Amino acid sequence: MSAPTPKGVLTTPIFKNNPIALQILGICSALAVTSSMSVSLVMSLAVIFVTAFSNLFVSLIRNHIPSSIRIIVQMTIIASLVIVVDQILKAYAYEMSKQLSVFVGLIITNCIVMGRAEGFAMTNTPGLSFLDGIGNGLGYGFILMTVGFVRELLGSGSVFGVTVLETVQNGGWYVPNGLLLLPPSAFFIIGLIIWVLRAVNPEQVEENEFQMKENTQPKEAV
Amino acid sequence: MQHYLSLFIASVFVENMALAFFLGMCTFLAVSKKVSSAIGLGIAVVVVLVITVPVNNLLLTFLLKEGALSWTGISGAENIDLSFLGYLSYIGVIAAIVQILEMFLDKYVPALYNALGVFLPLITVNCAILGATLFMSERSYNFGESVVYGLGAGVGWALAITALAGIREKLKYSDVPASLQGLGITFITVGLMSLGFMSFSGIQL
Repeated sequence: MSAPTPKGVLTTPIFKNNPIALQILGICSALAVTSSMSVSLVMSLAVIFVTAFSNLFVSLIRNHIPSSIRIIVQMTIIASLVIVVDQILKAYAYEMSKQLSVFVGLIITNCIVMGRAEGFAMTNTPGLSFLDGIGNGLGYGFILMTVGFVRELLGSGSVFGVTVLETVQNGGWYVPNGLLLLPPSAFFIIGLIIWVLRAVNPEQVEENEFQMKENTQPKEAV
Repeated sequence: MQHYLSLFIASVFVENMALAFFLGMCTFLAVSKKVSSAIGLGIAVVVVLVITVPVNNLLLTFLLKEGALSWTGISGAENIDLSFLGYLSYIGVIAAIVQILEMFLDKYVPALYNALGVFLPLITVNCAILGATLFMSERSYNFGESVVYGLGAGVGWALAITALAGIREKLKYSDVPASLQGLGITFITVGLMSLGFMSFSGIQL
């Protein structure tokens, strides 16, 4: 890879090298919090904040961390940032923090944060690392918001709690799809997003380990 | 006794860590290509959960909860509330225990160490471990309950990853559309499995 540019680190994680769709990082929380858009938005903002600042701080002290204890140091920085986020949410958006329950705490073990701190911030300057954190957070947020949009629109007929499709219960015409409110639907939606992203960028397609042999005996096939 | 049994069943099936809460997904998807390695990781998760959840429970009861320090006898200690330090201490405990477990196994049970070796460091950042601790503190389990919950959560996770690995081994032989290959089809498989596990959610225990 060539030397990272500020614009590059900010934009490539969103589509080309999306942390969720391509690097399989940070899926843990991506699924459980996406049943409505406002929750997904808060979660995305929290992750962008934590990733950006953990990258910044890790990068600032990267030359002083002995490599044998670097994981613990990174963990401590990340955990402290998550505590800040959690306390802010509890103080100013208590209802939201109840809905997110344990998932705010789970940002600590979100592989995106850890992976970027280890993979990018340890070797790059603070400014670039900060932008890289924002970029990866945005990539995460992009998937989260897309999934949240589909689930809330089709599952309960609204966007950000504002009714768009009038549901049958309220005298409208739209029969909500209950499956989309259940957690498994998030898997299907992310699977489909990956399908679309890879159909657009064919170089991301994984090699098949076992190639099917061509049928050499057409008579038996029929 | 019956209470503990129903807590165990509930944590294995109804509230399955992987398929109902989607915790530990990163490793769940990355290490489920072969049944043998899936079983190895599953066992490692069970072991770590059974130790860390009760230890974190003790930490919460005797150090962090509001008024938890009153056993020290220092005046004013019963007003101290350290629960905001929760995340930091839990993750520290988990990282330390994983590290100690690794050294202990290396010294005394080399056979198990060789089997689990590569998976142990992965476990520190497994959301299922931290998730189980956070659920434990949110639902304020007592010590006995936290042991049972740790065991149940671990077994449930191990069960799920083994089942997924079994399916993925067979999936190699099917003709999947090119861009859905690998990760995409795995997501959809997990979605279907999770849909199957939803059927447990109606069970009242």
